[in-house]
Amino acid sequence: MSALPPIAIEGVAFWHTRMPGWTIARAVIRGEQDASATPAPRPTPGLLAPTERRRAPDTVALALEVAARACEAADRSPAQLRSVFASTYGDLGISDYMCATLAGTPTLISPTKFHNSVHNAAAGYWSIGTASHASYTAISAYRYTFASAVLEAATQVVCDEQPVVCVAFDVEAKGPLGTVAPSTGLLGVALVLAPPRGESQRTLALRVEQGSAADITQARSGAAALVAENALAPCLPFFEALAHSTPASVVLALSDHCLLHAQVSGSQ
Amino acid sequence: MSTLKFRPLRVTAYTVCSAAGTGRAATLSALVERRSGLTPNDFGASPLATWIGRVPGLEEQALPAAWAEWECRNNRLAWRGLVTDDFVDAVAAARERYGAERIAVLIGTSTASIGASEDAYRRLESDGRYPADLRRPIVHTPHSLGDFVQHALALRGIAVTVATACSSSAKVFGQAERLIRAGLADAAVVGGVDTLCGSTLFGFNSLELIASERCRPFDVARHGINIGEAAGFALLEREAGSGAWLLGYGESSDAHHMSAPHPEGVGARRALQDALESSQLTPASIDYINLHGTASLKNDEVEARLVADLFPSRTFASSTKGWTGHTLGAAGIVEAAISLIALESGWLPGTLNTGQLDPACGPQIRRENEQRRAQRALSFSFGFGGSNCVLALGRGDLT
Repeated sequence: MSALPPIAIEGVAFWHTRMPGWTIARAVIRGEQDASATPAPRPTPGLLAPTERRRAPDTVALALEVAARACEAADRSPAQLRSVFASTYGDLGISDYMCATLAGTPTLISPTKFHNSVHNAAAGYWSIGTASHASYTAISAYRYTFASAVLEAATQVVCDEQPVVCVAFDVEAKGPLGTVAPSTGLLGVALVLAPPRGESQRTLALRVEQGSAADITQARSGAAALVAENALAPCLPFFEALAHSTPASVVLALSDHCLLHAQVSGSQ
Repeated sequence: MSTLKFRPLRVTAYTVCSAAGTGRAATLSALVERRSGLTPNDFGASPLATWIGRVPGLEEQALPAAWAEWECRNNRLAWRGLVTDDFVDAVAAARERYGAERIAVLIGTSTASIGASEDAYRRLESDGRYPADLRRPIVHTPHSLGDFVQHALALRGIAVTVATACSSSAKVFGQAERLIRAGLADAAVVGGVDTLCGSTLFGFNSLELIASERCRPFDVARHGINIGEAAGFALLEREAGSGAWLLGYGESSDAHHMSAPHPEGVGARRALQDALESSQLTPASIDYINLHGTASLKNDEVEARLVADLFPSRTFASSTKGWTGHTLGAAGIVEAAISLIALESGWLPGTLNTGQLDPACGPQIRRENEQRRAQRALSFSFGFGGSNCVLALGRGDLT
């Protein structure tokens, strides 16, 4: 057996510099609205103490925004949810700072920047901001990061019958690191996945199979060009499926030879 | 939807390489002979005054040409781990049994190959680009490690890198167990690798957590951590006739502070309770605990109280950081491996370099080694960002 039983999609969140929120992103994907002409300012991480909001790194601000919006959409209290945080590159701005400072004046590394440089910084701030003692994880899988995050979150839902908030994000690259780890703009997405409770819910059925890059679903909507340069762009076909109310199948890659088939039911 | 019940998994192969030794036998010798792998810091151009757990010979041991794309210190150490204790052969046999697509790869790290990016910034070309030998995108992502391990083992299934700081390579056991329980894999290669780099040496120094002397876990006069590097791997299988056991695990969050543990160990206690519950063990049945025991002031204090409160005096608890240093993202697998070595050999390692124990320590925390029969062990991993994981490991019959 390489399939998981269907689970419920209780909440969806999306934030991109030109599509700041799932309502506008869904409308852009459906061709009903144009993206914002001007880039939106980065979201404010309202969960954090006022002193920490301003100095929170972009990754933290973005991840906390989409995680909170997905929990709201699901009408779930964040403190009760387990979480899966995923990012292709983590905070590229802080990595650039760390590498540049280490090359010049290593003993002057800022302790705050260092503790914000860990891949689980966003997950850590989320647990602090929501006072959640539930377990979180923080993962990375290069081009396969989003698909790997959805699979890990869904596996937790199925194994332990608990709701999970699944969060993925990538931010703008800075400095020389950007030449080998390119990413532009801010793109964050989140889903609350849970054991199914009733027939009116939208469900997600996942299957793992062998295959190749040729089998992967390509993004087709007007949003594709906007997010194409962000490292998390491979998530878009999944959200294109969610943006429409009809049932849809999406194929994402989990590794070079391994695919995630996602079947989304229709919504009312 | 019916809950899928947790079932113990077999650990059918495992290995560990650290400053204390390459492989299980060398690690056991170092433990028995109380030979520390810590040496004065000589890493990098302007080394801080501290001690480190450095694995010798990585500079001269390039990756095989087929893996040149993944070349970096971290993947060199990963490769050394894979070819030690016949681990790569055990995985090849499992690949024959299950198929390459049915073996998941779940590997933990804190910094992966960030050392390669640090190196590039020291050698930037005049136009600001990376030097030609480092224009290899894969080594500048956290997944450098998981991707390398999957390719080096010729596996074709799920592959994920877990990066939750010092709990990373303990949490991979949990993720693997869930994938196997859900039927998405028949076996999993779990493990972790972290190597010395400027980010962690100077980063922990900026937090004033680095000791200028050899680290002294649970000593009343401890001054902080020594950073070490290590690789470790384990092969987990649902069905096997022999091997040690992953009996259970618990994961939790402190929800307290990014770089300091919860003062009452709220998250650590929760992870411990969940590990005991899933393994159906009680504190009285635990023979050995490999503590996180970093020798930082706060971690050891919180952990000492937790152990003193919950375990009987016969439980033997120790920190092995005095042998290996704190190997960060690799600490979970290193200490799981040491726990299994202790169970198999009957040699329970004490705590190295420690003189007078902190008064917070109960009788469980030992300085001296002891030889005794032991069948059930716990390994504690408590990380930055308040991420906690406790593994329950065993040998012998399950009843």
